[in-house]
This record gives sequence, structure tokens and C-alpha cells, in this order.
Amino acid sequence: MKHTLVALVTDRPGVLNRMASLFRRRNFNIDSIAVGHSEQPDLSRMTIVVDGDAAKVEQIRKQLDKVVDVVKIFDITDDKTVARELALIKVKSTASTRSEIIQIVDIFRASIIDVASDSVTVEVTGDEDKVNSLLELLRGFGIKEVARTGRIALTRGEIGPLLTRKDSKIPKQPPKPLSSEMESPPNW
Amino acid sequence: MKKTGAQILCESLVKEGVEIIFGFPGGALLPLYDTFSQYPQLRHILVRHEQGAAHAADGYARVTGKVGVCLATSGPGATNLVTGIANAYLDSSPLIAITGQVATPFIGKDAFQEIDITGITLPITKHNYLVRDVRELARVVKEAFYIAQVGRPGPVLIDIPRDVFQVEAEFVYPNKVNLPGYRPVLQGHPSQIRRAAKLINEAHCPVVIAGRGVIISGACAELKEVAEKAQMPVVTTLLGIGCFPETHVLSLGMLGMHGMAYANLAVDAADLVIAIGMRFDDRATGKVSGFAPRAQVIHIDIDPAEIGKNVRVSVPIVGDVKSILEVLNKQINRSEHIDWLRQIEQWRHEHPLEDIWEGNGLLPQYVIRQIYELTNGNAIVVTGVGQNQMWAAQHFFYNKPNSLVSSGGLGTMGFELPGAVGVKVGCPGEVVWCIAGDGGFQMTMQELATIVQEDIAVKIAIINNSYLGMVRQWQDLFYGRRYAGTKLWNPNFVKVAEAYGISGLKVEKKEEVIPAIEKAMEHPGPFLIDFAVEPEENVYPMVQPGATLAELLETPKPQKAPSLGL
Repeated sequence: MKHTLVALVTDRPGVLNRMASLFRRRNFNIDSIAVGHSEQPDLSRMTIVVDGDAAKVEQIRKQLDKVVDVVKIFDITDDKTVARELALIKVKSTASTRSEIIQIVDIFRASIIDVASDSVTVEVTGDEDKVNSLLELLRGFGIKEVARTGRIALTRGEIGPLLTRKDSKIPKQPPKPLSSEMESPPNW
Repeated sequence: MKKTGAQILCESLVKEGVEIIFGFPGGALLPLYDTFSQYPQLRHILVRHEQGAAHAADGYARVTGKVGVCLATSGPGATNLVTGIANAYLDSSPLIAITGQVATPFIGKDAFQEIDITGITLPITKHNYLVRDVRELARVVKEAFYIAQVGRPGPVLIDIPRDVFQVEAEFVYPNKVNLPGYRPVLQGHPSQIRRAAKLINEAHCPVVIAGRGVIISGACAELKEVAEKAQMPVVTTLLGIGCFPETHVLSLGMLGMHGMAYANLAVDAADLVIAIGMRFDDRATGKVSGFAPRAQVIHIDIDPAEIGKNVRVSVPIVGDVKSILEVLNKQINRSEHIDWLRQIEQWRHEHPLEDIWEGNGLLPQYVIRQIYELTNGNAIVVTGVGQNQMWAAQHFFYNKPNSLVSSGGLGTMGFELPGAVGVKVGCPGEVVWCIAGDGGFQMTMQELATIVQEDIAVKIAIINNSYLGMVRQWQDLFYGRRYAGTKLWNPNFVKVAEAYGISGLKVEKKEEVIPAIEKAMEHPGPFLIDFAVEPEENVYPMVQPGATLAELLETPKPQKAPSLGL
């Protein structure tokens, strides 16, 4: 089963390497990994999709949590989340196929962001299923290039990685600043 | 006041209470070595190979409980540390490895003696740093010492470019660290401790498996209280040896591949395993799927990632062993477990370790036992890896924590001599015996020079069977006695010692053993004894690879000797 891990990591050189090398060393496979800035200026947010049973994913989550640069890491698979991926797809096109491609793109609420004489480039946002379905439909025209970001995800509502589940029951409490004592993630 | 990077490093080390640095200089470290004369409180011990520096710092850390510090130059100096760092990582030893690096403008240019040591050591350190700016140096040292010691200990590497040692900065040593990503859980969860206490109170056949975490946490007294109160037998892992007195009536000694038969049988038959500060290494568990098949498992460890990694756990408790055992002790009932302990006594009677059979030649087990007898067990034994290590674990009885120092997880042949250097430097008042194999000893025997130069009175016993004995044993048992690459031609070790200015003796007969050990102990300085033991003696009992702990091989007994009366 695919699991989505969200990690907040300090914005220092080599952090991505530390995370990725741990996957290799512990014999886990990354389906996708997306990295970018978070709401905190000194923290990056990583969204990692891994395939494996719950025990295996829990093991890698705990190993990643031991990396000193990892401030928080959660498995949000069972939480209510919104998850999106962005893909850019360059499709072969001719004058005769172009309108058909445009129709498909419209149905998926995707958009065409570049047109050349022999190709169009489509931008699509959605969950993996949607991106995969569109890719499948476009495959018949001939796909020249694909770039996908991998999944990024946020939990719905108030709960976020910097708030533990316990905190979220306290109404209207602002997120604790990083420097104060934080609840340690796994409460056995 | 402004100080150079080299001075900042030395000041920081002094602030952290460092007294000893095991090191080897080189180009990138010249500015640092030039500063050492200003800091006489830092004793530098010059090793002969950087691997020795790391092992010595590791051995020092294990017996003192302080952080061991080793130092090497860039490039080959740094890569030579790698084995020692990995050794410390697998055995959770607090180590700071400081490496010189080429000057910052040269980094990434494949400069002379440049190597990406932070990249290389990424998977074998708790954390590592490349210090690009001298203003970060004090903070980095503070953090490194914190990370190395707090939680599950381990090695941290600090890579410092040559120019960073030379430029000046304001020196302020931070008094606390700010590491939001490093906050180990120390207090055990109360409801989990309650669940554990309930299981212990209900168990009929409980066994405690104690590991090195008990020693690191300083929880040996607490363990003894808990075990005595609930009358639970205690087995230890190899690295846990000494956390519970081996002469105690509840002690079953070591478990695992070459553990005591009765320890393994007890774990196999137990209905409750209380694993404390150990990590279910494959050498300890045997076949994992057949490990303690009737038992519920309580696992107490400071590292949450160890919980459920190898063995399914009923009650996990993450936190510091000492504080957890203190709380647990209040919640468990006094019990007796008379039938269970009687059963174990029967196993002990049926599968005794005490008999050492009478062979034609000199038996290694006998040698180890005599070292135990003649020191009254008042010694720290530092072993190599292989047969010598297993015999030292089996036939010497350890009653004090850290009285056995051995490379467990990585199984590093060559740890013995430099490890013993660090142990003796850390505990100058203790008798330190280095029990080496003839193979492993030759991997790091250049440290004999360190011993002489620094006047380190280590007693060395080479268990010399002219084979790489443990590998030969496997070839004997599992590869049709085809001894490929295991027969050793050896130098005359006594003459080697002599060449270094160390006194030595060769022992070939049983009756020479006791006088030789006595001579070594009377001799004020270092002493080497080359014991030419029975070449094809095997270590028993043995749990074969892929077998469960109950399926063990015992000594095929040719003729039984009268018991040694132990």
C-alpha cells in the first residue's frame, strides 16, 4: 500500500541526501519525493510517497525521524488530506489531432501551455489517478516528454505537522513556536 | 576575545571536559597541531594508524562513559577512520571524530588529500558536519557532543577545512543547543510501564534479556533489583555482559549463536521476554521467526526505531532504561517462579559450560579460564573478533559493567589492541587484558609502538591457533573441511614484541600457562604472551545459522576431564 509521509526538515545543505541515502541503506523504495519551502522560513517540507506494509513504513518513518535535520515526520496516509501532483506532458500533434487533444485536455480541466507545429504541452494538476488517466488517453497520440512533481499533500482542517493530534483538540491554540518544547512524535 | 579556529576547537574541547585525543597529524591539521602546545590539558596520543585512533577513542568512551575523541587529517587519514567510526556506530559508542579537510576554496576540486568524508560517513554516524565558517565552529562542537551522548549514543564527525583553523572569530561557547529535530524520549510512557508490570506479574516463565543499553544508562543496580524482586533469570547479549553479575544465581550468561545452552533454552521456553537496552541482533536471536515462540515480548529501548524492527513486540517502552526500571520496580510484585528456576537449574546441570575437556594440546578455553582465576576476575578484558572473543565471553566471568569490551555489531577484527589502548588510558588503575586472535592481532599490531611510546601497560594474550579460527570452524562444520584462505603463517610474536621493546613469552604447554600469566601480571609494563593453542578447537555450544536458539550444537565430547571445580 502507498503511504504518504510528510517531513519538515531544516533548510541545510545535504538534508535531501541524508534522507535519500537512508532509503537506500534500509532497502526501501521511494515512489516520489517532493521538496520545497514550508510556512516556516528555516524549514523545508518534503512529501514522500513510499510503497510497503504498515510495519515497514513505520520502520522507515522512525529511521527518518532519527535524522537530526528532521524536525517532524508524519505518516498522513490515514488522515483526511488533500493531495495533488502536477505534470507537464508534451504530446505529438498534427493539425488533424490537435482539436481532439484540446477536447481531452478540457475534460480533465487541464490546460495547454505551449503549442508547436508538431506538439502541444499540457499542464495537469490533480491526484495521481487523474494524471495517470490523462496520460493514458494522450498516449495514443504519442508522448514526447513527461515531467511529474510527485505528490504534495496537506492534512485537512486544523491538524498539521507542527501540531500534534493532541494539540488539535485544544481549540484556537496557535501553533507552538519551534524553539519551545515540542511533543515528541511517537507516544508509545 | 578573538581566537583562531584551531584555538576555538581546543577551547571547545576543554569546555566539554575532553582530556585525551587519539590522533595522527597531517597537512590539513598542521594549524591545529601547532596550537596544541597552548593546551597542555589536552593529552594527545599518537597512534600508528588512524583506525587505531578511532578504536582507542571508542574503547576509552565505553569504559569511562565519556565521549572519546579521535583526530585524523584529510583524505586517507579520514578514510582510515571509517572502520572505527562504523564500529562505534553499531555498538552505540559516543565518539567525536574530527577530520581535517582541504581549505574551503579547494573543496570539490579533487585537491590533494581531498575526500568527501561527510558523504562517506553519512550512513555510519548519528550526524556529521562540514564546518565552512569559523563562526559556526563552537556551535557545531557543542551540538556534536550533545548528539553523541544524548539518547542512544553514537559517533559524530566534524570535518574542518584547513583555512577554518586559521581564520579568527569571536569565541563564545554556547551553553545550550538548539536542535528542534533531536529530542530523544527519555521518560517511559506510564501506561506502557503499567502494561509491562502486569505481564511480569502474570508470567510463569519470564526471562530478562539485557543489553548494553543497561550499562550505558547506568541501570545495572536497577536491573538487579527488578530481577531479584520478581526472581527472573537474566541473560545478556554479548555487549550486555557485565550489566548483571555473571556469578549471580539468576544469571544465565550470554545468549545467542555461542551463548550458554541453558540461556538459549530458557529464552526459547519463556512465556515472557523482557528485552532491555538490546536490539535483537541476528547473532542473539537465531532464526527470528522461531525466536521465543511462546513468549510475549516487552521491549525497553531508548531508540524508537529499534522497536519492532526485528522481533514482534507486545509492549514497547521507549525511553531511558534506568528511569523506566525505577518506575517498573515499584509496580511489580515479589514472585518466586520456583518451578521455572528449577527447570533452568536442570538445564544448567545437563548442559554445563564448566567442563573443559582434556585435549592433547593447550586449550584456549583453559587459557581464558586461568586469566580469570589469576586476576580474580578483576580485569577489563578487551577482545578481538572470532573464536578468541567467544571464548573470552564464555570462560571469563564478568561481574562488573564494562569489564568486557568487544566489537559486537560490526565484528571488527583488529579492534583488540587499539581498543585496549583506549581502555587502559581511560582506566589507568585497572588491569587490562587484551585477548587477541593471531589473525586480528596482525591487523593493528602496529599500535604496539603507541603502547611503548605512551607507556600503556596492557597485557596481551594471543590465542594463537595459526588459523582464522572462526572462519575455519565454519569451513569445518558447513564447508566440508575445505580450509580455504584460513591457514596462517605467523611471525614469531614474541620477537615482534621484543622488536618494539615489549617483553613476551611463548606458551605451548598447559603447565606453562599459570607461570606465564603470573609473570605478565608481575611485570610492570606491557607484556605479551603467545599461547600456541590447539589449532582445530571449535567454539561450542553453537546455534547454526538459520536455526532457532533451541537447536544448538554442543561439544562433540571425546573424553571428559574432571571438572575444574568451579
